[in-house]
Amino acid sequence: MISVQGLNKSFKVARRSSGLRQATKALFHRDYQTVHALSDISFSIQPGEIVGYIGPNGAGKSTTIKVMSGILVPDSGSCEIMGYTPWKDRARYVKNIGVVFGQRSQLWWDVPVIDSFELLRDIYKVSPSEYKANLSLLVETLQLSDLLHTPVRQLSLGQRMRCEIAASLLHSPTLLFLDEPTIGLDAVSKLAVRQFIKTYNNERNLTVILTTHDMNDIEALAERLILIGKGHILFDGRLKALREKFGAHKTLTIDYKESASNIDIIGTTILSQTGQRAVLGVDTKQINVSEVIGKLSEQLELSDVSVEAQPIEELIVQLYQEYEL
Amino acid sequence: MKPYFSVIKLRLLYGLQYRGAAFAGVATQFFWGFMYIMIFEAFYSHTHTEPPMTLNELVAYVWLQQAFLTLMALWFSDNEIFDLITKGNIAYELCRPCELYGLWYAKLLAQRLAAALLRSFPILIIAFLLPQPYRMMLPPSLTTFLFFLIALVLGLLILVSISMFIYISVFITMSPTGSLLMLGVVGEFFAGLILPIPLMPSWMQVLASCLPFRWTMDFPFRVYSGQIPEDQAWIGLVVQLVWLVVLVILGRFCLRKALGKVVVQGG
Repeated sequence: MISVQGLNKSFKVARRSSGLRQATKALFHRDYQTVHALSDISFSIQPGEIVGYIGPNGAGKSTTIKVMSGILVPDSGSCEIMGYTPWKDRARYVKNIGVVFGQRSQLWWDVPVIDSFELLRDIYKVSPSEYKANLSLLVETLQLSDLLHTPVRQLSLGQRMRCEIAASLLHSPTLLFLDEPTIGLDAVSKLAVRQFIKTYNNERNLTVILTTHDMNDIEALAERLILIGKGHILFDGRLKALREKFGAHKTLTIDYKESASNIDIIGTTILSQTGQRAVLGVDTKQINVSEVIGKLSEQLELSDVSVEAQPIEELIVQLYQEYEL
Repeated sequence: MKPYFSVIKLRLLYGLQYRGAAFAGVATQFFWGFMYIMIFEAFYSHTHTEPPMTLNELVAYVWLQQAFLTLMALWFSDNEIFDLITKGNIAYELCRPCELYGLWYAKLLAQRLAAALLRSFPILIIAFLLPQPYRMMLPPSLTTFLFFLIALVLGLLILVSISMFIYISVFITMSPTGSLLMLGVVGEFFAGLILPIPLMPSWMQVLASCLPFRWTMDFPFRVYSGQIPEDQAWIGLVVQLVWLVVLVILGRFCLRKALGKVVVQGG
């Protein structure tokens, strides 16, 4: 469905140091720096997939989305989506996609939400029956019935985001780009958005490409993730594979009766230790968790044990460090 | 065409919400109208030569200018479009299956229409009831009036296509101030907003006729009073049409060039 080959995009950014003298100098001569937002990006995506596209700020996530949605023209490389090249067949191509930019709004600020929806219906030339069916499905699943007749400026961020997502699906696209859809949302709204994306993906076989900084989004939604940093793809695969590759660490917290003996087991590191409590990092490639517990119970009188997998955020931070981003 | 009409409809409804601004506008326009007419009346009472425009024609010219100012003033701009470009919201406009030129043209047209609908009627009604010499004259005949209506619509379409260049320039300059000021001052002067074209020195009249601006308001307002007779008016309509086609083609070309290099600001 989507095939991206060797995409490159760079921007020219004007730079100057602070101060009046530098500002005056910049009147006559400007220094530009070329920033490579994307270098040699390649991947392909099958219909019905939900792909998490993650990376630190400025990694090139949004740029990729903008190239793929036909907004930006890349310097080189090819991109074929549903048989179109987005930036060449823009007008015909964008009928098939929906886009949500979490930091922007596509709804008209001063009029009720329904007015914006009807304008989108006309812009995308959605037939009345299709519009009606889509609208009622979206209103029901996103719980919009109370919001439709409210001016957009009076909606809360979470309410607005639900409307934004609905607005991008009115023309039944087969591909949905979500650029940070959960930015600034509270836990309840986040859950609602995630739940909705999941259901809609199941029911309509909608392909979703999602960028986010919230790893819970990824964990809840994306089977596959692509990690990008400084314009390069660093990892492309299943979340499980990422865990296996980098997440071989478990955290073991133990409570025990006061003891003077030292904990020293190969394959573990002591993260913190007090008189009656210790937190250990266990490298499961070297030693099993059960073996560690066995050895510990020989040395100490354990009163409580808990084991946790490494949270995915830490995994990503570790990845970033590994690639020096 | 339906998408563009829907944009016009929504933008029209949007614009009709701002009644307070319209009320203030009407008051301002009356102030300017009276001031202009008083100045010209003073000049006319001391002239020894026959002026190229009668005072009655001039009064109609001034009131039409004031009533339709929002249709014809280049400074009357849509800040939302400027923000789209400078803050990056253009990303959404670009993922619509419409041509951006048409979409923006529709928005700009509707914004001017909405503002003019609220302002023109009160101004014109009162101008017809004023005592002489401030009273607005009726057009000499019905056909003249029809000519005027067509010329006014074409003038508006030309003006929107001129104003489009201001928006396109923001892709390069990232600030509307410069182009708005330059095009605004030059355009409004040569459209006859400060001094009606027939009162300009003849060399300046030649210059004004070579530029598109005078076809936006000077021409329709003089057709109204019959200062431009009917047999010349239809030639003017053809010139208006030619300008419109040229400006739209040029504008679409420039916008396409600008979009090829577009940068979405603000991440």
